[in-house]
Formats: sequence, C-alpha cells, structure tokens
Amino acid sequence: MTEAGYNFAYLDEATKRMIRRAILKAVAIPGHQIPFGAREMPLPYGWGTGGIQVTASILGPKDVLKVIDQGADDTTNAVSIRRFFTRVAGIATTDATGEASIIQTRHRIPEKPLTENQILVYQVPQPEPLFRLEPHRAETRRLHALADYGLMHVRLYEDIAQLGHIAKAYDYPVMVNERYLMSPSPIPAFDNPKMHHMAALQLFGAGREKRIYAVPPYTAVRSLDFEDHPFRPIRAPQACAICGSTTSYLDELVTDDAGGRAFICSDTDYCQERQQAPKAAAE
Amino acid sequence: MYVAVKGGEKAISAAHTWLDETRRGDTALPELSVTQIEQQMALAVDRVMAEGSCHDRFLAALAIKQAKGDLIEAAFLLRAYRTTLPRFGASLPLETTRMQLRRRISATYKDLPGGQVLGPTFDYTHRLLDFALAAEGREAPATPEAPADLAETPRVTEILAREGLMQREELNEAEPGDLTREPLSFPAARPVRLQNLARGDEGFLLALGYSTQRGYGNAHPFVGEIRVGCIGVEIIPPELGFAIDIGDIGITECQMVNQFKGSRTEPAQFTRGYGLVFGHGERRAMSMALVDRGLRARELGEEADAPAQQEEFVLYHSDNIEATGFVEHLKLPHYVDFQSELENLRTIRRTAEAEQREAAE
Repeated sequence: MTEAGYNFAYLDEATKRMIRRAILKAVAIPGHQIPFGAREMPLPYGWGTGGIQVTASILGPKDVLKVIDQGADDTTNAVSIRRFFTRVAGIATTDATGEASIIQTRHRIPEKPLTENQILVYQVPQPEPLFRLEPHRAETRRLHALADYGLMHVRLYEDIAQLGHIAKAYDYPVMVNERYLMSPSPIPAFDNPKMHHMAALQLFGAGREKRIYAVPPYTAVRSLDFEDHPFRPIRAPQACAICGSTTSYLDELVTDDAGGRAFICSDTDYCQERQQAPKAAAE
Repeated sequence: MYVAVKGGEKAISAAHTWLDETRRGDTALPELSVTQIEQQMALAVDRVMAEGSCHDRFLAALAIKQAKGDLIEAAFLLRAYRTTLPRFGASLPLETTRMQLRRRISATYKDLPGGQVLGPTFDYTHRLLDFALAAEGREAPATPEAPADLAETPRVTEILAREGLMQREELNEAEPGDLTREPLSFPAARPVRLQNLARGDEGFLLALGYSTQRGYGNAHPFVGEIRVGCIGVEIIPPELGFAIDIGDIGITECQMVNQFKGSRTEPAQFTRGYGLVFGHGERRAMSMALVDRGLRARELGEEADAPAQQEEFVLYHSDNIEATGFVEHLKLPHYVDFQSELENLRTIRRTAEAEQREAAE
C-alpha cells in the first residue's frame, strides 16, 4: 500500500521528467554538474534529499531498492529512506547487493562489484570539488569550463610538501573521462578505485545545492595524484573480526575504555554473505 | 565480542512514539488546539508562513503544533507540504496602494497623504512582564474604532519619485524567476533575490541588515514607509481572460529610502531597498529591505565588499531549511569517513615519528 494523496514515489510526474532530463544531460557530460530545480522533500536537507529525488525519478514499480548509509542497511537514516520509498512507492526492498536494481548510498560503495543492470545513486552534500579552494560558484563554473584544476593540484602538492603524502582521506577528488574534476561524494578514498570503469550507472544527487551529475558505465575515473606520489587507498590494516575479510573497508569499534578495539566490515551485506558462504559450502 | 548496534527500525518507531508523547506534555492539562495557535500565536504563524513560503494560517498553525513550537521545524513541515502542490499560475502584481491597512507609518514625513496609522504594535509598549496575563480568563478590552479610510494610500517612494528624487525601478513585464522551480544562478536577477529574501531566515536577515547599519555596507537608510494589512490576490485564468480575485492575504511591505551619490550618468538621488513578506512581520520586512539595498551595491557602482553586499554569500545562506538540514546532518553517522581520517592521522604521526627517530640516530 502506498501513501494516499501522493503520486508514485512522492514527486509529481512533471518534476520527475525535469529531473530525468537533468540526469540525461549529466550522463551525456560525465562528471559535469547539472543545475536542477530541486524540490523540498519531507526529509531534511543533508539527509539525502538529492539522492532521494534522483531515486524517486528513476524508480519503477518493478525496481528493487537497497539503501545503505555508512555501508550498512540498518543505520537509522538508511532505514528511514527505505521506509519512505516503501511508503510512497510500495516497491520491494532488499539488503542483498546482488538483488537490488537501484542502490542508494551515503558514504560507501558496496564491496560486491555492481553490474550493468544496476544503478548506484549517491547522496551528495557538496557537489563542487573546488569549494574549499574557491567558494564562489560563478568562479568555479568558469574553472570547470576551462578545465583549470591547478588549484586542486597545488592543494594536493602542499600536502606532500608538508606531510609527505596526500592527506585527503575521503571525498578524494577524481577526474572523470579525463575532462571534469568531480567530487565522488564523501566516500572513503578506499572506494574511489571502484568507480573506475564501473559496469553500473552512477548518479549523484545534491538536493540543497541543486546539482545532479553522473558517471556512465565503463567510464574512466582517475583519482588525482602525481607520478612520484601515486594514489593510495586507505583502510585499517586489520581483518574483519566477524568474517575475517582483509580486503573490505572496516569500521573501528571501541570495545572498552582500556583501548580495546575491534574492526568489522562496514558493508554489512558483504560481511553477512561471507559469514554464510562457508556454511553453504559445508552443507 | 562487541557487535555493532542493530535495530534501527525499532529505535525509530520508539523515538517517534516518544516524540508524540512529549509533544502532548502533561495530559492533565487541556490540549492546545490548532485554531488557538492560529489566533493567539499569530506572529509565530506569520513567521512560519513567510519562511515556509506558503500563505495558509491554518496549516502554519498545525505545523507549529506538530513541531512543538520549533518554528524552523514548522516552516520545514510547511515547505515539504507546499512542494507537493501544483503551481497553476502567477498572480497579477499586488497593488499595495489598495491595501486595507491596519498599520502604516513613515519615518520620513511627519504627516502625509493617508496619514500615520499606528496599529497594533509593540513599538511603544513598556517591556514589563505583565503578570496579570498569567491569570487566565481576563478579557481583552475592546479597541476604540473609527470609520476606515477606504481611499488608496499613495506610497512615500512614489511621492519622492514624482519629484525626481527617488530612482525609478525599471518596469519589467517578464514573468519573474521562481527559485522553487529553478536553482539559483549568479548574478541573480532582482526578483529572484527578493523571492529568496522574502522566505529567508529572519535572524539571518536581521543580522545582515544590522551589519549594513554598522559600517559593513555603508547604508544610510530611512524607513520611507511600512504598511501592514490585507490585500486581494488576483489571477487571470487563461480560459476567462480577465482578472478574478481569489482571496485576501496578509502582508507587510517596507520601503527603505537610501542615499545614492549619483554617477556620471545619473544625478544624486535616493534609491530603494524593498521588503515584502507574508503576514505581520515588520522586523523581517525591514531587514529584507536593508539587505535588498545592500545587494544592489554592484549594480549602483558602489564598493561591494561587505557580507550583506555579497550576492552568493547572502542568497546561498539565507534559507534556514537548507541551513538547518545541513548543520544538523552532522548528527548522522560519519564513521566511514572518520575511520579513513583516523588511519590517515595515524599514518601522518607514524611518518613523523619515524623521521624523528631517524634524525635522532
């Protein structure tokens, strides 16, 4: 049952069409930010209104939706957004990465490689990768038009000069299709390589800032670096305390007040699948 | 072993229930009705209508009730409702000389056509807590009445403009932009700026307007006039082809008169800062008018280095629904990014320590 009095997936059809047009434009110019008439949503700005609008616009009745926050399906905000779409669109939802046709995410890319039949929708707080270096959007637009990214290279160089390596741990800037500098949203730098030549379409929605951008399937996404200081993804050097993975991104848990720490997979579905896999193999 | 906290679903449901309970407060006391809020918290309702950008007193009062009196939360509720409504047309421009006035004052003329009408204002009250109000059941005394003057009240700025002392605004018949449909782009047209300010956060506008008076923007403002009252809204439905009145709304209009030194092409004259808001909101309309004038600095060839003159800064940060959302989203989990920062910091410290050891050896 969907909520009475509201259109399928909350937004009216004219708004969805407007957003789909912005998405098409974004797909046609990978990494370029497309302004769009973002609407107020019944969830607050900063909670994923951009991602929600993108999802609402591409969602069909047969879609299966997965929503994650910090890699997990059961974080409160992920629960709330999944509930919202169940309520206003009545669609099926899942925790399984492989079963979802649309995955809306905040701060992570699932560990399991995505396929051509899937769309990854990112919630984006700040679409402008240059905003800390140049706050005026009229000026950053010009810099993008001229592909003038010297500011960002200097910023990264300064890190190397002062700290010996690039000290950007998340929201690590990427070049898309060797043309536009793009914010990957605040995913850990660890996830950046997954964006490169990803089979799935990647859509980015920034509601408050009213911008949509996209990375089409199989597009080159390069994390900015220097020849003598290549990009290094960061991850805690431990193994997951539950499934034992040494390659997944880990959350650090404080287990006591005597310095005890445990590390577990941030991607809960990935972790669960690994826990079940040995059992299935044994049976 | 310690396992990450689960059970988001249950926690949310329980939190909502608890919220409902705290909203109601002590059940031994009678529940506040929406119409009571609408009538007795009228200025809160006005502010929520203005910032919620939707003129509906009942819905604004309902939002205040639902938000437990948090006015930004209430404005957010109203906005989220407003956004689902179809936009079926644009009204004709409001002709505010035809307003039914409850209050109209000018600070630039002692007397003027239409007169000074003090109206229901806090302005000359003594701010002493009225303990008699704490005792309920006291009837408010009836206000003495005089026959209303139904003649149109000319605008002060028009009186100045006829003398050539007030810069005339350019007439523009084009349909104004709508930032609820189109995202801001810069430089922004004045109608869009005004739309942004009209629903901007009152505190933000107040502080910015205030800053222009304190030397950050070099303003020399006079209140040409403030008018508060009701006005009919007219639209021309395409199938009719003539204007029909679709109802009255309450508004507050403020026209600030500001000095302008003149330029090569224009003689010295006054320029206007304009404020128009839903409901009774003088502080808001005045602040808006100050900021509007501040934002005209560039167009008037003035220096524009004060915060209130920086279009992007003002227009991108005025909306309290956007602002509160983004500030408060910091409450959402950020542990993935934080983890990456932790490892990053550890690496930096390890590198530095290793270097120190090397240097020591």
